[in-house]
Amino acid sequence: MSSEPVRTHAIDMSAIAQKNQPNKGMNETSIQIQNLNLFYGEKQALHGINMEIPKKQVTAYIGPSGCGKSTLLRCINRMNDLVDSARIEGKINIEGKDIYQPGVDVAELRRHVGMVFQKPNPFPKSIYENVAYGLRIQGINDRRILDEAVEKSLRGAAIWDEVKDRLQDNALGISGGQQQRLVIARAIAIEPTILLLDEPSSALDPISSLKIEELINELKETYTIVIVTHNMQQAARVSDFTAFMYMGDLIEFGDTNTIFTNPEKKQTEDYITGRYG
Amino acid sequence: MDKQQIGKHISHKFNEEIENIRNQFLVMGGLVEQQLADAVEALVTGNLQLAEKVIQADTQVNDLEHDIDEACLLVIAKRQPTAFDLRLLIAISKAISELERVGDQAKRIADMAIKLEEFNKGYTDFHELKHLLELVRSILNDALDAFARLDVERAVDVVIRDKDVDQEYISIFRQLTLSMMEDSRNIKRTLNIMNAIRSLERISDHAGNVCDYVIYAVQGQDVRHVPDDQIKATVLGRKA
Repeated sequence: MSSEPVRTHAIDMSAIAQKNQPNKGMNETSIQIQNLNLFYGEKQALHGINMEIPKKQVTAYIGPSGCGKSTLLRCINRMNDLVDSARIEGKINIEGKDIYQPGVDVAELRRHVGMVFQKPNPFPKSIYENVAYGLRIQGINDRRILDEAVEKSLRGAAIWDEVKDRLQDNALGISGGQQQRLVIARAIAIEPTILLLDEPSSALDPISSLKIEELINELKETYTIVIVTHNMQQAARVSDFTAFMYMGDLIEFGDTNTIFTNPEKKQTEDYITGRYG
Repeated sequence: MDKQQIGKHISHKFNEEIENIRNQFLVMGGLVEQQLADAVEALVTGNLQLAEKVIQADTQVNDLEHDIDEACLLVIAKRQPTAFDLRLLIAISKAISELERVGDQAKRIADMAIKLEEFNKGYTDFHELKHLLELVRSILNDALDAFARLDVERAVDVVIRDKDVDQEYISIFRQLTLSMMEDSRNIKRTLNIMNAIRSLERISDHAGNVCDYVIYAVQGQDVRHVPDDQIKATVLGRKA
């Protein structure tokens, strides 16, 4: 007999409490956000965000438009640096290193933290060159290595079978769903550790969308995934942990199963059940 | 937290759908309550027409079970409800099987009333049953009330009161055994009454289960198979 714990049916409140603290359990932390404030000029867009995103798990941000979820996602690979008026206070540690320290090489950071956007944005090049691009700018030009990496990435993004006979075709000629998976292949070709997905399937049809979800499920074996989605059912399906944001505040962060069946906060409940507060 | 807001969805249609399901549930509850009252009345008074009425009402209860389950299924398929909405639908879908069984037990009592009629000539005294009957009726009534108002406190109260029914059941059981030992002519009638009290006891159990689902819908805690004192502590503790 195994030493499986006996189910007593008793309610263990400490277990419930622990469930609501996803990152305090056995999961290693990948991204640690501490007291993060973000201002666009005078306007504060994020208010003192604290959260620990677990490694090799899918964490989803949900919340109404303008609640700050994309802004927060973009903080993780410093995309907000590109916005002139944006000012950040607080810390984000990735694998223990503060990415907002002076002297951090942003290009190097983004190599570790890949990103995929709402609209597929392949380069106007061949399918092959799209995936090989990241490696080429690292100075890798060995045909053999590139061939191998391209195939591996396309397979990893579950699109290999669909494009293997047309690798030299222009990437803009494939469907939107295929383009999105191609862009994911491009992102994983340089072997990042974290993938940020900003509404990766909101411009896609339901079937392509399901393929992306299936892919996310496979990718989490290798990567820490953070996804922003407007589609709550998608968040419920793909993520292990869900964070609900509202007006720049992190309202509730917890195990996805709990958030969607028995959230702690009324605001979360109102949002996920489609009620007006 | 005021979770008892069935309405307030952005989608009015969704409000309506859930409200309709809830109303149908209450209709079904009212029906089985009436079935129980009629069945016992038939047993005590030997009113066979009433017994027939109980048996016929059972089809209606069964139909409602189908309808409500189908309505729940459609809402789940179309609206992907979450949190309280989802728990409520699951709770209703499970609670209606309990109600349907309450109806079945009432039907059994009505059947017995018909069978007992011939023995009952000269026996008008069903004093053994009276106390138990009152208990079970008030428990079923409170369970349905707890569901209608999503009242956790009342639900806990019902779950705990089910113990009184069990005790009453045991004591009547003893009395009836004695009565059979005293006079063997009593055996046939007494065995039938035993079946009736068994049914009453089962109805009280089903009412308790309905209350478990009230607690689940409101608080998300699964208290089935949890000891009573623990239910009281955790459920009411959380409400405070």
